[in-house]
Amino acid sequence: MTINEIDADVLVAGGGPAGAWAAVKAAEAGASVVLADKGYLGTSGATASAGTGVWYVEPRPEAREAAMASREGLGGYLADREWMARVLDQTYANMNELAEVSRYPFPVDDDGRQIRRGLQGPEYMRRMRVRVRRAGVRVLDHSPVTELLADGSGAVAGAAGYRLRDEHPFRVTARAVVLATGGCAFLSKALGCDVNTGDGALFAAEAGAELSGMEFSNAYAIAPAFTSVTKTAFYSFATFYHADGSVLEGAGSQRGRSVIARTLLTEPVLCRIDKATPEEQRAMRLAQPNFFLPFDRQGIDPFTDLFPVTLLAEGTVRGTGGIRITGPDCATTVPGLYAAGDAATRELICGGFTGGGSHNSAWAMSSGTWAGRGAARHAAELGGRATGRPVRALGEAGVRPAGPATGGHAEYVRAVQAEVLPYDKNLLRHADRLVPALDALDRTWRELAGTLRGEGAGLVRARSAAAMTAHARWMYSAALARTETRGMHKRQDLPEQDPSQRRRLVTGGLHEVWTRPETAALAVAS
Amino acid sequence: MIEVVSAERCVKCDVCVKVCPTDVFDRGADGLPVIARQSDCQSCFMCEAHCPTDALYVAPFSGPAPDGSPHTDEAALADAFGEYRRIVGWGRGRTPGSRADSNHIFTERIRSPR
Repeated sequence: MTINEIDADVLVAGGGPAGAWAAVKAAEAGASVVLADKGYLGTSGATASAGTGVWYVEPRPEAREAAMASREGLGGYLADREWMARVLDQTYANMNELAEVSRYPFPVDDDGRQIRRGLQGPEYMRRMRVRVRRAGVRVLDHSPVTELLADGSGAVAGAAGYRLRDEHPFRVTARAVVLATGGCAFLSKALGCDVNTGDGALFAAEAGAELSGMEFSNAYAIAPAFTSVTKTAFYSFATFYHADGSVLEGAGSQRGRSVIARTLLTEPVLCRIDKATPEEQRAMRLAQPNFFLPFDRQGIDPFTDLFPVTLLAEGTVRGTGGIRITGPDCATTVPGLYAAGDAATRELICGGFTGGGSHNSAWAMSSGTWAGRGAARHAAELGGRATGRPVRALGEAGVRPAGPATGGHAEYVRAVQAEVLPYDKNLLRHADRLVPALDALDRTWRELAGTLRGEGAGLVRARSAAAMTAHARWMYSAALARTETRGMHKRQDLPEQDPSQRRRLVTGGLHEVWTRPETAALAVAS
Repeated sequence: MIEVVSAERCVKCDVCVKVCPTDVFDRGADGLPVIARQSDCQSCFMCEAHCPTDALYVAPFSGPAPDGSPHTDEAALADAFGEYRRIVGWGRGRTPGSRADSNHIFTERIRSPR
């Protein structure tokens, strides 16, 4: 079979906002850039189909101070002020570029000033696609990366993948790679997240990179039971009910989500968005129109009718765990490898909690910008020395099994989902349930790593199955190692925050998973 | 999930085949898009937003519509075609829906719950 061979300074894997900004900024820095996306740059990922707030704060010291202080407690004091300040600066610059370069049609206030604190996914990502292409980036749609390439020293030197529409493999030799493949939502069908199977974290780990914050991986979104359209923010205007119509006390979109989860284990939960004024109702329709499509099409009025709700796993998409960042340019521990967006840890600005949107969208555009520039700089420093260097492919589970190969990726996906989707395992955490779940995942990994190999498009699915299995093992290993409750990681058996554990946890390894504290406990906030 | 491709409205431009993030469509022998991998559909509505002739309909279910459901009947759905694209404000003579965005109201709400 012929392999499509491409050479570039920088390869960006992933075409959500982080990948798009990385590609633009790498190209503006003078690099030749290829962007390969599993789906389509413009519709792929958690942002494109949603409406999102953006952590856009005017550069007034008191406003910035308030913005940084607002979520430090929720995040368990694991965020870093320096990184927050950098992200606020970079996000401010990028949002202004969106207005001036991409002519994004922001809403305007009564004085005619643009309100730049939110973005609508379809419009945002359509314009980012235009900008990426104008920057001269070569875009490969429907072309998932399936593994990284490394040179003799172990530095990342490109990636291999598969072109789903033309049905043939491709290979990009590159001087640097940015992983912007998103987090992992375990094919839960949470809005826009089914392309997010944690592929980048697997590739990074195979190259020897580390992960951080993987215990902060139990995000669940509220959705009507009949669809996948999530918009948890709107449920802050809702009341939740038992099937008999009595109010479900303590249930809510923010602090009361575990009440909903506990109730759903034994009975249905109904909902009505009955606390929104008519003006707020109108505003909701304008903020995220597709939220209402499933209701309108079924003839349900969510403001007056009761409807059943469910919780859809969003794993590390709206958790904060991901590939560990080791420098201001979003470098990793592996030379030539950079990470951005939800593929990277967001602990640096969120600690152990994020509700998605706002901070995540700010992180995507900021980290994408830095990773793109960092990768371009690395490529320029390598220069001609990288030309023609011998490379080897790093993929193992799902592509090069240890033993005789068989298929069966779908069974592995079901096996992983059985351990990570249930609320009583991942959301309502307890060692009595985490330990057997991790055992089951370890068995799944051993079997998968020993035998699974997919061909053609099946290769992509096999690698996604391997990535999800690895992701789940890192999550539960870290969840067991953090013997306290902090941020979104809530242990029912250890409900108190332990001051001596105020440090981030680093995780890694494929066949043997390990976890260690990043530092000694951080000083208590003054 | 995606349920209907209207042969009457479709102009065989392949946009849906191209933009679907989970690669649900194939181009059929006659040029019309075929729903080849419905189980991969994540109901994100991006195909509806991008279709220039409003020929696609995503039913309001996360699984396939039941047999005989009105959500698979093109004639019964006439008004629903193109609804999302109209709200997003794409297409000639329309104003982008983002001009009327009010997401900032909800961002504020989350920062300071009442």
